[in-house]
Amino acid sequence: MKEKKSNPRQTGSFSRRGFLKGAGITAAGTVIASSGVLSLHGQAPDTNKTLGPDTITISMKVNGKMRKLSIEPRTTLADALRIKLQLTGTKVGCDRGSCSACTVWIDDLPTLSCMTLAVEVGNREVTTIEGIAKNGKLHPVQEAFIEHDASQCGFCTPGMIMSTAHLLDENSNPTLDDIKSATRGNFCRCGTHPKVFVATLDAAGKM
Amino acid sequence: MMMETKKIKLPHGIPDYNLTEIEREIPTNEPPAWPVNNELKVVGKRINRTGALAQVTGTATFTADVLLSGMLYGKMLRAEFPHAKITSIDPSAAENYPGVFAVHIFDNMIEGANPKDTEQHDYPEVKYAGQPILGVAAISDEVAEEALQLVKVGYEYKDFVVDLDEARKEGSPVVFTTDVDQEASDGGEEIEEGLKSQGNVRGPSEGSFYGGPRGDLEKGFTEADIIIERTYRTQVQTHVPMETHGVVVDYNKGDVTVYASTQSTKGVRNDFADHFGLQKSKVRVIADFTGGGFGAKHGLGNFGVMAGHLSKKSGRPVKLMLDRKEEHISAGNRPNSIQYMKLGAIRDGTLSALSLVSYGTAGVGLGAGVGHIAQAMYECPNFKMQQYDVFTNAGPGAAFRAPGNVQGAFALEQIIDELAVKLNMDQLRLRDVIDKSTIRKVERQRGAKLFNWSKPEKAGSDEGVIKKGVGVAQAHWPRFINLDSTVEIRVMRDGAVEVRSAVQDIGTGTKTILAQVVAEELGLNVEDITVLIGDTLFPIGPSSGGSIVTGSITPPARNAAYEIKLKLLDIAAGRLETETENIITKDGFFIMKDNPDKKLHFKDVLSRMRTEQITATASRSDDYGGFLNGTWLGYGELGSVQFAEVTVDTETGFIKVDRVVAAHSCGRPLNMAQIESQVNGGIIQGVAYALYENRVMDKETGHQMNANIDFYKMPYSFEIPEIEIEMIEDYGARTSTDATGIGEPANIATAAAIANAVYNAIGIRIYDLPITPARVLAALNKVKKNNDE
Ligand code: FES
Ligand code: FES
Repeated sequence: MKEKKSNPRQTGSFSRRGFLKGAGITAAGTVIASSGVLSLHGQAPDTNKTLGPDTITISMKVNGKMRKLSIEPRTTLADALRIKLQLTGTKVGCDRGSCSACTVWIDDLPTLSCMTLAVEVGNREVTTIEGIAKNGKLHPVQEAFIEHDASQCGFCTPGMIMSTAHLLDENSNPTLDDIKSATRGNFCRCGTHPKVFVATLDAAGKM
Repeated sequence: MMMETKKIKLPHGIPDYNLTEIEREIPTNEPPAWPVNNELKVVGKRINRTGALAQVTGTATFTADVLLSGMLYGKMLRAEFPHAKITSIDPSAAENYPGVFAVHIFDNMIEGANPKDTEQHDYPEVKYAGQPILGVAAISDEVAEEALQLVKVGYEYKDFVVDLDEARKEGSPVVFTTDVDQEASDGGEEIEEGLKSQGNVRGPSEGSFYGGPRGDLEKGFTEADIIIERTYRTQVQTHVPMETHGVVVDYNKGDVTVYASTQSTKGVRNDFADHFGLQKSKVRVIADFTGGGFGAKHGLGNFGVMAGHLSKKSGRPVKLMLDRKEEHISAGNRPNSIQYMKLGAIRDGTLSALSLVSYGTAGVGLGAGVGHIAQAMYECPNFKMQQYDVFTNAGPGAAFRAPGNVQGAFALEQIIDELAVKLNMDQLRLRDVIDKSTIRKVERQRGAKLFNWSKPEKAGSDEGVIKKGVGVAQAHWPRFINLDSTVEIRVMRDGAVEVRSAVQDIGTGTKTILAQVVAEELGLNVEDITVLIGDTLFPIGPSSGGSIVTGSITPPARNAAYEIKLKLLDIAAGRLETETENIITKDGFFIMKDNPDKKLHFKDVLSRMRTEQITATASRSDDYGGFLNGTWLGYGELGSVQFAEVTVDTETGFIKVDRVVAAHSCGRPLNMAQIESQVNGGIIQGVAYALYENRVMDKETGHQMNANIDFYKMPYSFEIPEIEIEMIEDYGARTSTDATGIGEPANIATAAAIANAVYNAIGIRIYDLPITPARVLAALNKVKKNNDE
């Protein structure tokens, strides 16, 4: 049983849950949330006393819109998007950087949102799977995924699309190896890869 | 009561091989026979997946995505020791922790095998590291996790065993001290009831639904010209669905709603009702999108029971999704196996005797048999198998895509390959001699052509360091049927057509094929059909396991659509002033046969309905011509033949699967695109099983050492082989759609085909999975063999 600090505020630090612990470091501070989740759904926050680094309010540009959200400093970008902003298209498959299901773009750079703290985003812009269709028109990769049956259960699909769409935005004439390289971190248990490759090649022709 | 019947002719056999028509006597309310696929408009075609738009835009809602008002987050405390008596639990600090709304302590183990133990205990005994003990519900995942750290548990440690060989030894720590039983899930794993245990070893089971031993083994071996005796080992493989197991339970004073990431809405519903003493109609289970299952998501699970208690206690909805580590250690796995196989054959290839003794461990669960493939695939008059379950202190196994048969095929298909080499016979030629299945014969022929197969060169004959090899293996899977398959179809005056069933779509494309079948029957497009499934408010549907769904749910979908069509034909006939027999439905119109210019649009006909809505409900009727066994095992089978080409680097031991050709059948194929996807998935999982995946347990601590996806190796983009699929239409005239699933057969033969190809490349056979570089090098005598691996 881990020793609990009586006043976590004094430690002055917080940790990325899970990751640091997985790396064998004791969670440094006890942080208790005021209930952002509950208030999100129109209910009054619970009145439990809040300890530790306070919930903070940040602004973040997501899919072209400025959003205000109150989070704990330790909240990952993935959780901020999924729980606070209800943008659940971004998926969490492993929560430790090994499946790429949680891929979003930060200023056009594919980034694992499970390995990024929401507070790190700063004034950069976040694009999620919900944001890549433009003016009601799907991204060519999205079209091609539908056309070529590149999704099965669909859980890895948003991440696959964020990886391949980024590739095509940068390189509209990729080779098969370029596509494999762009998706080399994307795990898919259903085995959609062959169709992801074909779909991306096809979409490239339509960029 | 005698059912009224009619006689109809249906397509039977394989196009371009032996296609013919046969007559069957069937109930009068069955629809007329569909012709073969190339005469149909929607069925058998590449139709875009229903739900794909939601998947690619991120709007598809999985259980992991469900957010409810006032929802709490549940988390479970898991035992840190693999075998212990719990002496005390003090949850008070967790209960008092700010943000915690409920704490619940389990009073039994819930999953795995059940001891026949009448003694009362305060707490369940811990039998594996990671077994859940209690759970909390709090305002966030983080708070829940912090609260768990405050719980004090007193343990009295016991000796434990996690290794299959160790557990079999006399004097090993014993996991269950009394006999145990376990109900099989709908995933297709075979568990024989009432068997006795000795130490950790339970069994043997000597039969399957295909019967027991045959003939006289000893006589068969005496007659044999060639005898091959080998030991094969397969590893524990975890399911790793991308969406972990989990639920959101809203107990709501006994009017329960459960959102579940499941392969069986009815399974979750039934388990929940059982556990909480509720009537089934009080529990609604919803599974809109499920992020994969592969056999492990059939029931409510201990996490579901926990979420139920926490929601009941807190009065709020509780979400409990396992994290990736929990998923590996406690949510199911494909048991490992040791298979002692002995084969006797006559010089012409005919098999004279086959014996199989197997041991496997499903941890604290049952179901570690190696299936019935050795019993069923080839002609062999003298056959005996003895399959034992061995208990270890590890998480319970679960059905996993073609349970048993994947392990079984690895042994059987290698020994057959070895026989072919010994006889200096082409592997396919040998199978022509010993395999009586027509569909596999055609698959061998067409697959060989696509693969460009010829009798392989002498094994290991490539010059140089990098060696190429080819191999082939076959699969057998039964045609399982579930009569608990009902579909309701509603048509409305405004033109809406709805298909409703509790059956779920776990990525298999069930929504799409339902739309296709109904569209075909009504002469519409799939876009005209709204498919509402994955909800127990709708009529009961089968579990997505054992390749059961397609063959079970599409016939009632067609039959219900047909009933609707008959009613609409009446309306149309009235409007067109003709007989119903004189009308056909096509391209959205009701058209007069003898005067095709006279026609009515489908919507026009609907707008003339006397009532706002017409409904028809149909349940799965019996197979035309009856069943092979009971009401659940059909005639025919799902055979497949897969060919693999590999490259082996004999200096590093590294294997690359370059190419797989897969020849498959699933009755009448309904959607070629989705079938290809499923076969791709089966093959890629097969590659992973052959080369990479391996649950590694630490014998010192009893913990899994690679309970994540960075160290539990699986294939990523660069490890995916080129895959080519030969799909063969195989009409059996068994139902109104004559279709069957394909999930299991896609996964059975791959590992054996790869193993055979590796042998062909390097000239040395590897009997253990996974075939890692270390094992290749050890086989080539380049490094010392590591027994622990
Ligand atoms: S969830 Fe972020 S990489 Fe897996
Ligand atoms: S589609 Fe299921 S995990 Fe990729």
